[in-house]
Amino acid sequence: MNKNHRVPSNRSLSAVEVKSKFGAEFRRFSLDRSKPGRFDEFYGLLQHVHRIPNVELLVGYADVHGDLLPINNDDNYHKAISTASPLLRLFLQRKEEADHLAFGTDSLTRKKNTVLSAVLLRPDPNRKKPPVIISLPKDFRPVSSIIDVDILPETHRRVRLYKHGQEKPLGFYIRDGSSVRVTPQGLEKVPGIFISRMVPGGLAESTGLLAVNDEVLEVNGIEVAGKSLDQVTDMMIANSHNLIITVKPANQRNNIVRSGGGGGGAASGSSGRSSDSGASYYGYSSPGGIGAAASTPSHIIQNFHPEELESDEDDEDLVIEAGGEAELIPCAPSASYSMPSLPRYEPHLNLRTAAAAASSGSLAMERRSLEEDGTVITL
Amino acid sequence: MKRFRRHGQESQRDRLKQELFQFSKTVEHGFPHQPSALGFSPSLQLLAIGTRSGAIKLYGAPGVEFMGLHEENAAVTQVHFLPHQVELVTLLDDNSLHMWTLRAHKGLSELLEIGRFTLTGPPGAPPSVTRVTAVLAHSSGELLLLGTEGGHVFVVEVPGFRELEERNISLDQVSSSVPDDYIGRRNLEHVEALQENPVNPNQVVIGYGRGLMVIWDLETQRAVQHIPATQQLESVWWTEDGSHILSSHSDGSYCRWSVGGEDSKDEEEKSDIPYGHFPCKAISKIVQLPTANGPPFLVFSGGMPRASYGDRHCISVIHSKTHVALDFTSRIIDFFVECPSPSAHCDPSALVVLVEEELVVIDLQTEGWPVIQTPYLVPLHSSAITCSHHVSSIPLKLWERVIAAGELQLTHYSKKPWPITGGQNLAPDPPQRDLLLTGHEDGTVRFWDASGVCLYPMYKLSTAGVFHTDTDPNDNMNQGTEGEWPPFRKVGCFDPYSDDPRLGIQKIHLCKYSGYLIVAGTAGQILVLELNDEEAEQTVEAKVVDLLQGQEGFRWKGHTRLDVREEPVLFPPGFQPFALVQCQPPAVVTALTLHSEWKLVAFGTSHGFGLYDYQQKNNVFVKCTLNPSDQLAMEGPLSRVKSIKKSLRQSFRRIRRSRVSNSFPLQEANARLEAELAEMELAPVQRKIEARSSDDSFTGLVRTLYFADTFLSDSSHNTPSLWAGTNGGSVFAYMLRLPPVEHRTDEPITAHPAKEIQLMHRAPVVGIVVLDGHGAPLPEPLEVAHDLSRSPDMQGSHHLLVVSEEQFKVFTLPKVSAKMKLKLTAIDGSRVRRVGVAWFGSSRSEDYGESGLVVLTNQGDVHVVSLPSVKMQVQYPCIRREDVSGIASCVFTKHGQGFYLISPSEFERFSLSTRCLVEPRCLVELPAHSASPTQHRPQPDGATSAHRYTHFTVISHINSKYS
Repeated sequence: MNKNHRVPSNRSLSAVEVKSKFGAEFRRFSLDRSKPGRFDEFYGLLQHVHRIPNVELLVGYADVHGDLLPINNDDNYHKAISTASPLLRLFLQRKEEADHLAFGTDSLTRKKNTVLSAVLLRPDPNRKKPPVIISLPKDFRPVSSIIDVDILPETHRRVRLYKHGQEKPLGFYIRDGSSVRVTPQGLEKVPGIFISRMVPGGLAESTGLLAVNDEVLEVNGIEVAGKSLDQVTDMMIANSHNLIITVKPANQRNNIVRSGGGGGGAASGSSGRSSDSGASYYGYSSPGGIGAAASTPSHIIQNFHPEELESDEDDEDLVIEAGGEAELIPCAPSASYSMPSLPRYEPHLNLRTAAAAASSGSLAMERRSLEEDGTVITL
Repeated sequence: MKRFRRHGQESQRDRLKQELFQFSKTVEHGFPHQPSALGFSPSLQLLAIGTRSGAIKLYGAPGVEFMGLHEENAAVTQVHFLPHQVELVTLLDDNSLHMWTLRAHKGLSELLEIGRFTLTGPPGAPPSVTRVTAVLAHSSGELLLLGTEGGHVFVVEVPGFRELEERNISLDQVSSSVPDDYIGRRNLEHVEALQENPVNPNQVVIGYGRGLMVIWDLETQRAVQHIPATQQLESVWWTEDGSHILSSHSDGSYCRWSVGGEDSKDEEEKSDIPYGHFPCKAISKIVQLPTANGPPFLVFSGGMPRASYGDRHCISVIHSKTHVALDFTSRIIDFFVECPSPSAHCDPSALVVLVEEELVVIDLQTEGWPVIQTPYLVPLHSSAITCSHHVSSIPLKLWERVIAAGELQLTHYSKKPWPITGGQNLAPDPPQRDLLLTGHEDGTVRFWDASGVCLYPMYKLSTAGVFHTDTDPNDNMNQGTEGEWPPFRKVGCFDPYSDDPRLGIQKIHLCKYSGYLIVAGTAGQILVLELNDEEAEQTVEAKVVDLLQGQEGFRWKGHTRLDVREEPVLFPPGFQPFALVQCQPPAVVTALTLHSEWKLVAFGTSHGFGLYDYQQKNNVFVKCTLNPSDQLAMEGPLSRVKSIKKSLRQSFRRIRRSRVSNSFPLQEANARLEAELAEMELAPVQRKIEARSSDDSFTGLVRTLYFADTFLSDSSHNTPSLWAGTNGGSVFAYMLRLPPVEHRTDEPITAHPAKEIQLMHRAPVVGIVVLDGHGAPLPEPLEVAHDLSRSPDMQGSHHLLVVSEEQFKVFTLPKVSAKMKLKLTAIDGSRVRRVGVAWFGSSRSEDYGESGLVVLTNQGDVHVVSLPSVKMQVQYPCIRREDVSGIASCVFTKHGQGFYLISPSEFERFSLSTRCLVEPRCLVELPAHSASPTQHRPQPDGATSAHRYTHFTVISHINSKYS
């Protein structure tokens, strides 16, 4: 996976028209699309054109979907330049007044009256910082996503956690347990692996997609049935840079509800759903009882490609080559080496996952409030 | 179309795999764990050992061995061969009797279980009525007499196990005839002993627990004579001529009674308490054997004065004026005396004693009764095994020199051949000479001939002489003071006490071409040894190497460095140390390698690694791999466990000094430790899911070191290099510059760091291999010089294979970039524990073979991974995953075999190769002349009679899995 996405596509015009708004003031200028320069130069330019040289700024822009997204490093700056068509709309705020919650999906379109007006038109000097900052979207890196919704049974959830090089711990524990399955012979108690604890502030907790007592069914597409706790632990750790776990949530209330027979896209999922309907019915019908009545579908279709699983790790082994001298001199960066000095990030993100990650954030908040009463005891 | 073609290729590959790989467990080496019963067949010349886990093992001439396992997981309490038959009967703890036979099949004998039987008493009888306490296999080969706890004797026809109720000898029948004056006519108690009259098979003596012995005539069904001993009975022996009965008792006495036939002359002829005056312990077994001309041999076990020597495990042998109390280091299970020919009157040749931890054979025909070296059943664990190393295809020259050095150590052993000679060994001569080296806790390295079925001890090297240890030189257990009574003599080599745990051997590397050996131990010591046929007195030069390189803020909390003897030390012929490196901090050496051509040794601990030039006796460089925040690495791995062990050991030594060498406190302590561990296991188990980080503990621990002559800087010049892999997933490569040969002694060797690879997944690096232009692993040092391998291909591009616990990854060289990989942990959750390179020859075509990686995972599975393509070839379950010490002990050979410990004293040998297989192939036949003259009826043929057996169970002799 080559990470050099810096060169913008040539199909667009060479100049980008920029409309920058700070408070009530507008500035218009243009940038060379092929040579956008660095973010700090751009930041200086903004301070210069708005004549606010010593004001700490938070820079945001409206993307093609009308979302307000931040510009705070080279990468998202370049992204913003390359996707501007044709006008790049910038919104500047003083850092101390910044409302971090403003960034996100639909933030410009749907909540125009509330958020935009509050933030951009009438900045209230007395306004305090929002008391709770869920997570500051520092860049475009996805943190987690729900994937393969179309092919998994409704009772299951496949969660992808993106660890990358970030500091935040994955932050959860697993344990042995047993779950009840529906078989032709009747109910059968089978051993299973469950999430036993979440570390506050960890990646797993912050996504809100995993919860205590969720039964782990698969790790990166491989069923855990028949494997020991230690084996599953080792599998998760071995996949920790890009962990995809399929769980049967203990709390089945937040499952994604699909309109039955709606779109053509559900065709592949319907078979899986019907085969598992008994289990899902059982899951609903036993409130507070034997919760995770999961029956793993015998065939698991995977939407994610194997290459995708492999992608990030392969070339990230760090190689330091030394010259003839005893000191270690890093060699010139080439496509296959990643240097420690470079920020490690995922440039090949697609908007689908980004959107999913963002939406899952709001979903998570809802869930957390529900979790309180929605816990299901699992044996 | 393409798909079809690929399928064709795959099936071809599958066929090739079948020709190359096959898994089997072939033989168990060493001494059976927890033996519980001993049997011997004089006619077959086979001895049988039963164990507490239900295994039964038969041994004859070297190479002749069989193994069976009872389905019941119960201890074998008694083993009896049917006289003059190939059958044997075992009695288990659960009161079941089992019939085994040696059946010939395609020219090879197999041990098979052919029947099982449990006594059924009369309805409503208490279980004690049928609880078997004594077994007599009658010389007719057709009857089994079973004495029970209730005092009855049941008669059973064998081998079919048919109860002959009319011939049973009930307690009532016996007690009705007991003379009235036999004190109070109290309960006779259980049947303690059953013996047949050697000259009249119709007479048996029944010994009851209370002491009464009754001679019973099987034909007339009545008592012939009563022997009213009054002490608790322990054993009975009927002398060869049938004229006397010896009884041994719980008060340490034995009595000789004369057998008077019909007129009961029940006077005891002689009674003696051999270690008398003060209360003595029981004599558990007594045997008297005649000699051709002269007084008989009297052999008995136990009988020691209770207060002073009650804890000794002794067998006393008395012959004429000679009286010796053989003092064993572990509990006596059983013994027998071997006579060259049981019919002819000739002197007993050997005393065979099975003790808890070893088999000791004493030559009774040589002056001084020396011990005969056992060719098998050798206690591997005479000191606990701490590591092992296997070297294949030893050159004849080195082999002979090692044997010669070893023979000098055997001077105090008997020259007599091994007395147990049953069966024929039909296995072909081993194709090559293989050595297995085991490192032990007491600082010794033992060399074993691992070429064939018998793991034969060749030579023992002790490294303790180089150091001052806290051994008390006066603490010599063998010293025998003149006139001491009882006349003790220490026998056996089982000695689990290590004087200094720091001496423990952790890593061994032997260069088979040059005869250089390096061993590394617990206290960071690395000894370089050279094979010398003469004894030599020399000083060992020690070099202290600081692996922390002056890093501040660390304080080593583990053990101290070993104290080196500065004066010259006299070393016997064999491997003699000439150089010593001591790591500072003195942590356990975790990786070690030798390049005998470059005369370099690389060593690593949890703090870093170093390169030592043993030609110039100079350290070339040191690299500290310790993470500055890793304080746990300074604890000294397992320092807490070590301290517990130390205190235990010290208390043992105290016990030992006070002349108490009992193994029970050790067992108790072990049981307590096990219970504690089990308790820890019971705590609610949860596992943290977290990516590895550079801040984890012990990331700097060096796991593997590797020398390679390869392309490190550019693709046209190959250079010597050293590679090191750490626990944190780092690989360090150093380019070495060696001076030309003529200046090797005076010009320094230099090393430059060339590469550093940090694996993204940070899993411990457990193996590094460089593959040549053909994709074959580079040959060993000096291998090319000895023309035993084709030279490596230096034209094509080399590849670096890094094996981490989680995956196999191939990189290009000299520019390191990832080329291929095989993930293991991410796919099935297992992790690499052991890895080795092996060559597999095809079973079909003589000249085809390929190299592969042999891998043992923490799940106990063995895999073969192809080279250079790193594809999984085959996978077999090998060791139970709970058997952590078995997995840790595994060692691979270069030809696709392996060894692992199934108990502290036994190696299981397995093979992954279709061509290289070492397994017992032997035949046992009933000797034609052995039919006893007393036998009138023709013996039923073993093979045809097998059809009658009610219960048919087949357990092959290679079934070796203990459960």
